[in-house]
Amino acid sequence: MELHTLTIHQLHQLLKSRQVSSVEATRSLLARIEATDSRINAFITVAADQAMTAAEVADQRIGSGDCAPLTGVPVALKDIFLTEGLRTTCASRMLENFIAPYDATAWANMKKQGAVLLGKLNQDEFAMGSSSENSAFGATRNPWDTNRIPGGSSGGSAAAIAAQQAIATLGTDTGGSIRQPASHCGCVGLKPTYGRVSRHGVIAYASSLDQVGPVTRDVTDAALLLQTIAGHDPLDSTSVAQAVPDYSAALKNDVKRLKIGLPKEYFIDGLDQDVQRAMDNAIAHLRSQGAEFVEVSLPHTAYAVACYYLIATAEASSNLARYEGVRFGRRASEAQGLIEMMSQSRAEGFGAEVKRRIMLGTYALSSGYYDAYYLKAQKVRTLIQRDFNEAFKQVDILLTPVAPTPAFRIGEKTADPLQMYLSDIFTIPVNLAGTCGISIPAQPSADGLPIGLQLIGRPFGEETILQAAYSFEQTTDWHRQKAAL
Amino acid sequence: MSITCTEIDHVARLARLALSDAEKELFTSQMSAILSYAETLNGLDTDGISPTSRAVPVENAFRADAVSASIGTDQALANAPDRVDSFFRVPPVIE
Amino acid sequence: MKFQPVIGLEVHVQLNTQSKIFCGCSTRFGAEPNAHTCPVCLGLPGALPVLNRQVVESAIMAGLATNCSIAHKSIFARKNYFYPDLPKGYQISQFEQPICEKGWLEIQLEGQPPKRIGITRIHMEEDAGKLVHGLGNGSGVDLNRAGTPLLEVVSEPDFRSADEAVAYLKQLHQIVTYLGICDGNMEEGSFRCDANVSVMPVGSDTLGTRAEIKNVNSFKFVKQAIEYEIVRQIDLIEDGGKVVQETRLFDPNAGTTRSMRGKEEAHDYRYFPDPDLVPLVISSDWVERTEKDLPELPATKRQRFITQFGLPEYDADVLTASRPLADYFEETAAFAHNPKAAANWVMGEVTRALNDTTLNIENCPVPPRRLADLLHLIDQGTISGSIAKKVFEELWQNDKEPAAIVTEQGLAQVSDSGAIEAVIDQILAVNQGQVEEYRSGKEKVFGFFVGQVMKAMKGKGNPALINELLLKHLKG
Repeated sequence: MELHTLTIHQLHQLLKSRQVSSVEATRSLLARIEATDSRINAFITVAADQAMTAAEVADQRIGSGDCAPLTGVPVALKDIFLTEGLRTTCASRMLENFIAPYDATAWANMKKQGAVLLGKLNQDEFAMGSSSENSAFGATRNPWDTNRIPGGSSGGSAAAIAAQQAIATLGTDTGGSIRQPASHCGCVGLKPTYGRVSRHGVIAYASSLDQVGPVTRDVTDAALLLQTIAGHDPLDSTSVAQAVPDYSAALKNDVKRLKIGLPKEYFIDGLDQDVQRAMDNAIAHLRSQGAEFVEVSLPHTAYAVACYYLIATAEASSNLARYEGVRFGRRASEAQGLIEMMSQSRAEGFGAEVKRRIMLGTYALSSGYYDAYYLKAQKVRTLIQRDFNEAFKQVDILLTPVAPTPAFRIGEKTADPLQMYLSDIFTIPVNLAGTCGISIPAQPSADGLPIGLQLIGRPFGEETILQAAYSFEQTTDWHRQKAAL
Repeated sequence: MSITCTEIDHVARLARLALSDAEKELFTSQMSAILSYAETLNGLDTDGISPTSRAVPVENAFRADAVSASIGTDQALANAPDRVDSFFRVPPVIE
Repeated sequence: MKFQPVIGLEVHVQLNTQSKIFCGCSTRFGAEPNAHTCPVCLGLPGALPVLNRQVVESAIMAGLATNCSIAHKSIFARKNYFYPDLPKGYQISQFEQPICEKGWLEIQLEGQPPKRIGITRIHMEEDAGKLVHGLGNGSGVDLNRAGTPLLEVVSEPDFRSADEAVAYLKQLHQIVTYLGICDGNMEEGSFRCDANVSVMPVGSDTLGTRAEIKNVNSFKFVKQAIEYEIVRQIDLIEDGGKVVQETRLFDPNAGTTRSMRGKEEAHDYRYFPDPDLVPLVISSDWVERTEKDLPELPATKRQRFITQFGLPEYDADVLTASRPLADYFEETAAFAHNPKAAANWVMGEVTRALNDTTLNIENCPVPPRRLADLLHLIDQGTISGSIAKKVFEELWQNDKEPAAIVTEQGLAQVSDSGAIEAVIDQILAVNQGQVEEYRSGKEKVFGFFVGQVMKAMKGKGNPALINELLLKHLKG
């Protein structure tokens, strides 16, 4: 049996019934990483020894009759989650040797169940990017076509699932950073409602938009993993106290009379043909299952990218001020004097995209420009949020593409940041509105590249999108296709 | 909207980023393009619209005034690029 | 041309909470550098702030005590600038929508009518850490203080002299210590002040360019700094120069201010709402509850001391200078039934004795109850006032009751007229010359006789009775 191909719920059954040990599963995945990662570069750090130790502990725990859904399950984390004792780089030279003294809450919750950490995954530096090319540790490649990008910023989290290097992973999503790579790599990626999962211990990019979520092989796993990480955290003031529902209970194969909105602004002329076909196909499929489709309008969609890049970069410029070479992180050794030490350390530690966004955000907040850029963007954010509120008066969920095209080629958009930014047009509005969205595999492109379908729910409406996604998945088998590596 | 080299210098200073001349040149044109694009927002009338700085309405998150364990000097300094005694060390600051 | 100074103050009040404003680290002073730190106050990646409720409570108290309106909704903002003692590269503060706005305090200088000073706003913020200079070829950063809660109290530019500014500061200091939200220790920086000073021609209504004097930490220095700065600016203008807007430092040794120019570049703090913190919403219930629990404030207490105890204004002022002193007096007065005597003793003997030691009123060795007992002994005529002072000295040294000391040392006052007359007879007999003088009209000698009798009785004779009987015998 190829243990590395399993889902969480499949492996859990085998572990629980003692047909397989966590040590065996972990060994299988470490071997797979060893065999494939030179071609993918999904991992920044592989923690083989710690993983084996954790697997042994998990096996003892299972032996004593305690087998929680994640006990003994080998997983990996985007390198944006702090892990006590294991370095966290955020794919930046700035944090090349940073070892955190505490665990991120989301990971701590998984660890409590006995999940086995295989290592830390590649990403765009400080989560800034849509291709995972902006990493100080080299670009991650798409397992479906290693000349293409896996998407970003959680490219490693999606590539590792597609390359069968981990059973499940966590990513973060600020403007599409879970959903877009999941779409490009043929996996399930869920961005929960803002406040649903704690941000504590997650290196901040844009605090009002960042949200933690699972990247998995199927919808059942997404529900399981969300169940583990969701909930109020007294260490994150923005996490909500609202009770966490039983997400697995929502997994019913039933979309009858589900009202699904199709935002007309997302189905524009010139949408990539493969993407258009995947959407048409999915709509027809869900309709045949009994779902009702309604055209809706999100009139401010065209403003979302501009709005996002002003707000996200403004917050980022402040969030990244703490990296100045005083208490941790890279320090320029040659610099004379204090200001120079700080400026040189930041110049050496940050990559081009990070610098560009810090510059843009600093500018948007600076005296004389605040009202015109930052405040204006916040007002537009209000309008975008209203669009969703209005749409959800008419429908239960929305169906849209995740990305305008399948995964593009490595290097294709690096020279033109604005073009890169525009590729996030379908995912960004969800973050601005603060609501939840899931990407699930739909019909691939003619070339066999994965294409994702996005289902968007009301705030805290994760159950509804999980149910619709589950129903789609039960009657299609796109999610069972595997990258040939 | 085009941004000038002087503005780039000013912003880089505010952001404590020592940019090379090549970076400055590149950022000048790229930021100009991005900011021009951002100006599409000016096409929207936002009079009377209140700004949104948070996605989900949560208010009043507190902790009680109780002392909890600190991580201690050694842990605090564990990642320090430079230290002297129990202090982080930085190049001399002149008052 | 005559010039008119215009002064505004920004006061930083360090709150005496147990833990920091956004994390659970201790605020205690004097630990090993960086011992009181955690991921939050170190500004480590991924750390998030969570607001200390007591800081909000203290801010509401301060707002109510200074006649501010308490904002129903207020928000925290980031003030962005780089400095090694500022861990995150920004300070969490309040900018738009502070917790308190539009308050005032009334000051009164001697011989002048009362004057109302506007308070623009009070906001909450975190303190920075400390830099230690000259540590092995560099500076050291200690973040124990980083994240200590502060209130910044910003006044309107309503002061026209250094004396007015100092009167306001003293009152504000008195209020925050009365509220028990600040230890008031100015030397350690718990209460520190920036002064914005400008001058304009008398009669003008255009404000002059102001200089900001940073971090002055005593009332005396505030007065010196402002007075120096006023003269400096007037001289400058009269010599044809111009005041530049700048930050200046006060040098306590020289009594002058000097420019910090060149060491600070122009700031652009890029304030924006902190997305890691949620809006603070204070219900009217909350404000009412806090108001109800507010301790009596100095001005009210002063007035009450005047009406309830019949004290003169001067006494009421002195006794309400601090809350512990007022409490000490009030407790004494409650037991003693003679408020004026209690006031005299607290302001006199007690204060004098305390000043001779390092003790303060809170650990005064003579508790109010004992002082009251001592005053009782005077009232009842058991001892005289001068004997009482001796007993008080004993009380200061020993943990004993006043009555016990009087008995042990035989200090009880003699009010037996027979015993006093016997002594008077003796004194008159050996001082015939003085008796003659008195009887021939030199009534001044009377004092001499009183002294002699008192001396012979070792101070224990009842003074009123001695007077009465002496008079009778001399006139005899």
